[in-house]
Amino acid sequence: MRYLPQTKNARSAMLKDIGVSSVDELFRDIPKQAFYKDGDNTLPNHKGELEVERIFGNFANENQAAPDGPFFLGAGVYYHHVPSTVDYIIQRSEYLTAYTPYQPEIAQGTLQMIFEFQTFVAQLTGQEVANASMYDGATSCAEAALMAMRVTKRNKVVLGNALHPDYREVLGSYMGNLGSDLAEGEPDDETACVIIQSPDFFGKPEAYEGWRKKCDETGALLVVVINEIVSLGLLPAPSMADIVCGEAQSVGLAMSFGGPHLGFFACREKFIRQMPGRLCGMTEDADGKRGFVLTLSTREQHIRREKATSNICTNQGLCALAFTVHMSLLGEDGFKRLARLNHEAAIRLADALAKVPGVKVVNESFFNEFVIELTKPSKDVVQALADRGIIAGYALEGNKLLVTATEMTKEDDVETFCENLAEVLA
Amino acid sequence: MSANAKVIEMTNMVSEDGQGLMYEENLLWEKERSDHPGVDLPEPEGAALRIGVEARDADIGLPQVSEPQALRHFVKMSTWNYSIDHGFFPLGSCTMKHNPRLNEKLARLPGFAHIHPLQPASTVQGAFKVMHELQHWLAELTGLPGVCLSPAAGAHGELAGMMTIKRAHEHKGDTSRKIILAPDSSHGTNPATAVMCGFEVRAIPTKLDGRVTVDSFKEALYATCDKGSDIAGMMVTNPNTCGLFERDIVELADLLHKAGGYFYCDGANFNALVGKVRPGDFGVDVMHINLHKTFSTPHGGGGPGSGPICCTEELAQFMPVPTVIEEGGEFRLETEEDRPKTLGRLKGFHGQFGMHVRALAYMMSHGADGLKQVSEDAVLNANYILSQLKNDYHVPYEGPCMHECLITDKHQKEAGVTTLDLAKALCEHGYHPMTVYFPLVIPGTMLIEPTETESKDSIDRFISVMKGFAADVKAGDTEKFHGFPQSTPRRRLDEVKAARNPVLRWS
Repeated sequence: MRYLPQTKNARSAMLKDIGVSSVDELFRDIPKQAFYKDGDNTLPNHKGELEVERIFGNFANENQAAPDGPFFLGAGVYYHHVPSTVDYIIQRSEYLTAYTPYQPEIAQGTLQMIFEFQTFVAQLTGQEVANASMYDGATSCAEAALMAMRVTKRNKVVLGNALHPDYREVLGSYMGNLGSDLAEGEPDDETACVIIQSPDFFGKPEAYEGWRKKCDETGALLVVVINEIVSLGLLPAPSMADIVCGEAQSVGLAMSFGGPHLGFFACREKFIRQMPGRLCGMTEDADGKRGFVLTLSTREQHIRREKATSNICTNQGLCALAFTVHMSLLGEDGFKRLARLNHEAAIRLADALAKVPGVKVVNESFFNEFVIELTKPSKDVVQALADRGIIAGYALEGNKLLVTATEMTKEDDVETFCENLAEVLA
Repeated sequence: MSANAKVIEMTNMVSEDGQGLMYEENLLWEKERSDHPGVDLPEPEGAALRIGVEARDADIGLPQVSEPQALRHFVKMSTWNYSIDHGFFPLGSCTMKHNPRLNEKLARLPGFAHIHPLQPASTVQGAFKVMHELQHWLAELTGLPGVCLSPAAGAHGELAGMMTIKRAHEHKGDTSRKIILAPDSSHGTNPATAVMCGFEVRAIPTKLDGRVTVDSFKEALYATCDKGSDIAGMMVTNPNTCGLFERDIVELADLLHKAGGYFYCDGANFNALVGKVRPGDFGVDVMHINLHKTFSTPHGGGGPGSGPICCTEELAQFMPVPTVIEEGGEFRLETEEDRPKTLGRLKGFHGQFGMHVRALAYMMSHGADGLKQVSEDAVLNANYILSQLKNDYHVPYEGPCMHECLITDKHQKEAGVTTLDLAKALCEHGYHPMTVYFPLVIPGTMLIEPTETESKDSIDRFISVMKGFAADVKAGDTEKFHGFPQSTPRRRLDEVKAARNPVLRWS
């Protein structure tokens, strides 16, 4: 009961002041049938910190973590180094245990951080504005499609290239919910937007010019999805897109079994009133000092209710802080260098894998992940290597395997991977 | 003499860095760009690029600072924030309770932090066990056996829940049900979510005692069809946003079920019930749980949250994938192949796993006995505040309330002091304000939720501050209220200017 400050004395004094004889009297509006009966609750009673720590320690030890062995899995979630400063800052009470900054006079820390986050995202994506974050890349992509439908008043979304399968499924659920169409291929004049992922799910960087032209011809918006935000330090900025959305977990956040991660959302300024999610803007206080507030909230659910642009409320505030701290540490030179190091790690991995008998590197171009073709079903190979302590990558259909290298990838990890892969394929 | 004069002159000067412990801090982009960043990365080898497109060489425009500069930047900014760790945070419907640090430590164990969602199941059995155990606790606490952990936040859970309802109707071949009933006191996310599912929202008016009555409900239920067969369901927060339990909920649920609709319960106020009352036992078909409210995961200045849904066995076949299942001691994800009637996926991967770890650690720490005490103390604290403030502020609905109490500025407004002024006065006096101007059903509302993690002493101090405000207003000392806050890092901010000429980034 260590989290409960009330004492028995305080409780009885308060009951007396309220004018009731027991706490159950305060629950009198609730129908009897809904209460737990004695002995109904099969859950265990409270536990001390040490005991809880041991239970979770055991759970954690059953997992094979990335630092435990060679690790080449990416596919939308990436294993990167996070500087110690990041985790220190996000655990400060003032950020960790604050609420959404609805009272700006006592939340300028969070607000200025969001303003900086929005600036970082806008700069990286080559877009004019960005919002204060989305849940993750997949939902951000779905919200982009919904926004494109609002802007164009059209009902069809076209996938131009290989979108991450989870993003595709989420998009399908959101669209199906509204009876809208999801198609593949080329836009026509009923298309609200074309969605292009870069690098695509198979690691190939996209050129945007052709898609821009097709969109201009049909009046569709161009939505670019970025899965691996570090790639924006080396690949061209999708500045010709109308909306850029995706996942920023790679900067500042651990993989954490898939969440919490960090969706981002950027677009052209002319669309701001159609954007989903929160926006932070600059203004002045009563003394004329610069300050920040949440703004344009007339788009949002708490004001507009059924006419809101989205139902999103809580987003990923603390994850946006982690990103912003990490970006401030990386800076212009560090961010670009990190991107190069990732690409070079992938080049080394590709060259080493190309020499393994039974392995063919499929991609001609890539950023930090690419597809290899094996002589055996990739699913079996992944399991066989996992049994040897190696997380090999993402098993695609048939014999294809998606592998990733980052700045975390060590030379001897690559050697171990190649040796074991050769044995498994032999 | 002259030395003294100089000191006095200095104290009148506010430096660029602030005054006393009140710091000023510019934006990262306003600092001189350092010639090296705050990380030391190895030199790239200069290998020929294989990106197949033109490289991004031009300046991106990012700032560049050393590590100590970056650290100081964010630490200084942090001092401008109020947080639960600073003090009482009575924000209604938000459940700002203590966030145990144990949970932070556990979520950072390498075996949780550094695992990938797409690793082979054999390498992440411990993670699946955490999720499976959390599903079990939530099912037990809500009395609803189907649990899906994937929704990322409360509003996302609402979407998952309402899509589950939609799917259930579609599966019966019933696509004519387009109307969702929701009280006019509901959270804004409720109608916004219903619309995202292609439903229309019909508001049920809140009656004089702050609740939905059977009559007002029937009127809404049968308004366009005498059997209610155009009704897809209802979205009700219970306890509702006036802080009251919907007394007739069982009857309302029965009427709805007879009409063929499903009952979605917004679980934002579950802290009033946890460990004591099970929503599944008052007619709920599906509800979301805010792990960041009831189960103490940090609000983080606006997320990450986590909004699992719990539903009846009937609806469980339709809820989103994935969930975690056990087969002969082995844990794995349940997929669309296992559960073909599912509405599909709503979130990348498996949800906010880091929040699942934290919430389960909190539940286990409290246990069945502790969680019951949580709801009892939360309700006791709110009723105590109500009992102490009822002579100073207008109380629109008679108690007992549940875990939050509602007052308004009706008496103070006559003297020109509004809810907004009172909120800003609280900022001046070391508090985070309560939720203001919500619910919208009556003017000038203040929704106060103390949570169970406040002591009587802390609550008494808050009460005396609130009583002090009322006394000042009564005595005619009202002018000062319009100027609050004075001592915060910034004073009232010009929101109109921000919206009229949006500046959303540095440039």
